[in-house]
Amino acid sequence: MRALTWHGKHDVRMETVPDPEILNPRDAIIKITSTAICGSDLHLYDAYIPTLQKGDILGHEFMGEVVDVGPKSTLKKGQRVVVPFTISCGSCFHCSKQQFSACDNGNPADNQDLGQQLYGEPMSALFGYTHLTGGYPGGQAELVRVPFSDVGPIVIPDGMPDDDVLFLSDILPTGWMAAENAQIEHGDTVAVWGCGPVGLFAVQSAFKMGAHRVIAIDHFPHRLELAAKFGAETINFEETDTYHALMEMTGSIGPDAVIDSVGLEAHGLFGDNIVDQIKASTFLGTDRPHALRQAILACRKGGRVSVPGVYGGFLDKFPFGAFMEKGLTMKTGQTHVQKYLPKLLEMIGNKELDTTFLISHRLPLEQAPEGYKMFKSEQNTCTKVVLKPGMEA
Amino acid sequence: MSEVRGAPSYVSKDKDLQKSEAQNGESTVWGHTVSIMRPREELYAYWRDFANLATFMQNIVSIEVLDQTRSHWTVRGPNGEYQWTALVTEDRPGEVIAWKAEDGDVKNSGRIEFRDGPPGHGTYVRAILAYQPPMGAIGKLIATLTQKEPQIQSNRDLRRFKQLMETGEIATTTQPNREPYS
Ligand SMILES: NC(=O)c1ccc[n+]([C@@H]2O[C@H](COP(=O)([O-])OP(=O)(O)OC[C@H]3O[C@@H](n4cnc5c(N)ncnc54)[C@H](O)[C@@H]3O)[C@@H](O)[C@H]2O)c1
Ligand SMILES: [Zn+2]
Ligand SMILES: [Zn+2]
Repeated sequence: MRALTWHGKHDVRMETVPDPEILNPRDAIIKITSTAICGSDLHLYDAYIPTLQKGDILGHEFMGEVVDVGPKSTLKKGQRVVVPFTISCGSCFHCSKQQFSACDNGNPADNQDLGQQLYGEPMSALFGYTHLTGGYPGGQAELVRVPFSDVGPIVIPDGMPDDDVLFLSDILPTGWMAAENAQIEHGDTVAVWGCGPVGLFAVQSAFKMGAHRVIAIDHFPHRLELAAKFGAETINFEETDTYHALMEMTGSIGPDAVIDSVGLEAHGLFGDNIVDQIKASTFLGTDRPHALRQAILACRKGGRVSVPGVYGGFLDKFPFGAFMEKGLTMKTGQTHVQKYLPKLLEMIGNKELDTTFLISHRLPLEQAPEGYKMFKSEQNTCTKVVLKPGMEA
Repeated sequence: MSEVRGAPSYVSKDKDLQKSEAQNGESTVWGHTVSIMRPREELYAYWRDFANLATFMQNIVSIEVLDQTRSHWTVRGPNGEYQWTALVTEDRPGEVIAWKAEDGDVKNSGRIEFRDGPPGHGTYVRAILAYQPPMGAIGKLIATLTQKEPQIQSNRDLRRFKQLMETGEIATTTQPNREPYS
């Protein structure tokens, strides 16, 4: 089959690789009909997250048709499914608490030692990510093997187009959980850093959960426009002092909740960010948490910090004093995708959520490397790239 | 034996206390506990049939059950295969199984305990392994380098046991992407 493989920093290629096979009784094989490039893929593209190996197949946002099933799969050949990017067994302690992204059992045992050393606990398994998360081949390919196919994939009713439901695989539930983690109360003002796909879904979700105002922060005018379409007020951090603006917009109380949907590669010519970039490029530090620092400083006393943005290692100058003295609460994590699927699918069906507005490019899978380049370098207008195997160029 | 409480002796900073679990006076003792969301009777029963151990213990070449208390083990080690006959020294259904090598290439013994965790937290399964590294410290170094160190292996084996008991399968990945052929 054809697949998008990683070979190093800014080097991804289309290659012909062996087809995946059923390896375990609960497996299924899915023939991909649509798959997307995510901000998390950019962290891999930029080689910020360790333990990728040359030849790894990327992609964790995908859907398609069931073409083969193991004896314990509950799926049937021919069904259309969206697959969560989190690989979860459904029966361990964490899955029993619906903390699916903390599942104990997806990551092969031999793979868990390094994660245990780095994080104190082995990481859970994800598709198309790193070897810390299992080294599972991803879905930017013609075919993919899906473990625990009786727990993860959600069957899509006939008549719902791919584009409407594809983002159930990650960014829609991620934006939703980001808003849920912000524990929004009636009348709240919520500030969202980053108007990428995750931030834009967080904006929509925050309003659905009763936010009175949402303030969206980015430097790409087109992305800010999209946030404004859903009713957000916007701050362009290149034109405006974000902290000062937030204070003025909230009577100096600060937003009740803040959401960091930027993650470890914050942009911007801020003093702390430049120092972080130098440290990261010389391996003295790792992540660039500019947005997170600013969010903590701006958040009101007793407020809530929600972090869907991905971090991988250590943060310098984390304002923990402010965090403690202001009595903040933080919630974060990879998304417990499986937990949100039935409700979000229903909301899409009822047209309560707009899921297609952010798709800026539809490309044949063969053009995936160009897709990565665009999503990386033309972020203003390239808001989301969907890849379709077999599509005419 | 009901709930498991307190820190086990093998994590003690006191070397003598650490070794108190060595049934044969072995030099190295290693223990590891995992929680498994299955009843302890079921976990005990699977483990008590020693022939099952090869399904999740990677370095076992074979375990031949000789009678109710004896089994013959063939295990891959850093410098080839090792063999011994193990004798069950303690057996309390649903609670504990202990064994020790009667004779053979490597002095070793083991013990597996099944206890109820706090409500909703499954069964705490604790494996304690005592062994005399073949060729002493140098053997241990080689074993670590080749990742056949019993400590590393037993942790991984316990994870596989947990996966098998909780999910009915052992997580694995082939890498169709490993050897691109174009
Ligand atoms: N928690 C999860 O399960 C999960 C799932 C998916 C994605 N993510 C993470 O969410 C983050 C966002 O993903 P995405 O797909 O939207 O990525 P993206 O790269 O498309 O969007 C990030 C946005 O943040 C903006 N930004 C950069 N620096 C900023 C700053 N200093 N202040 C304000 N905005 C800034 C960028 O301009 C960009 O629009 C990534 O870190 C991604 O890895 C997490
Ligand atoms: Zn994603
Ligand atoms: Zn699980």
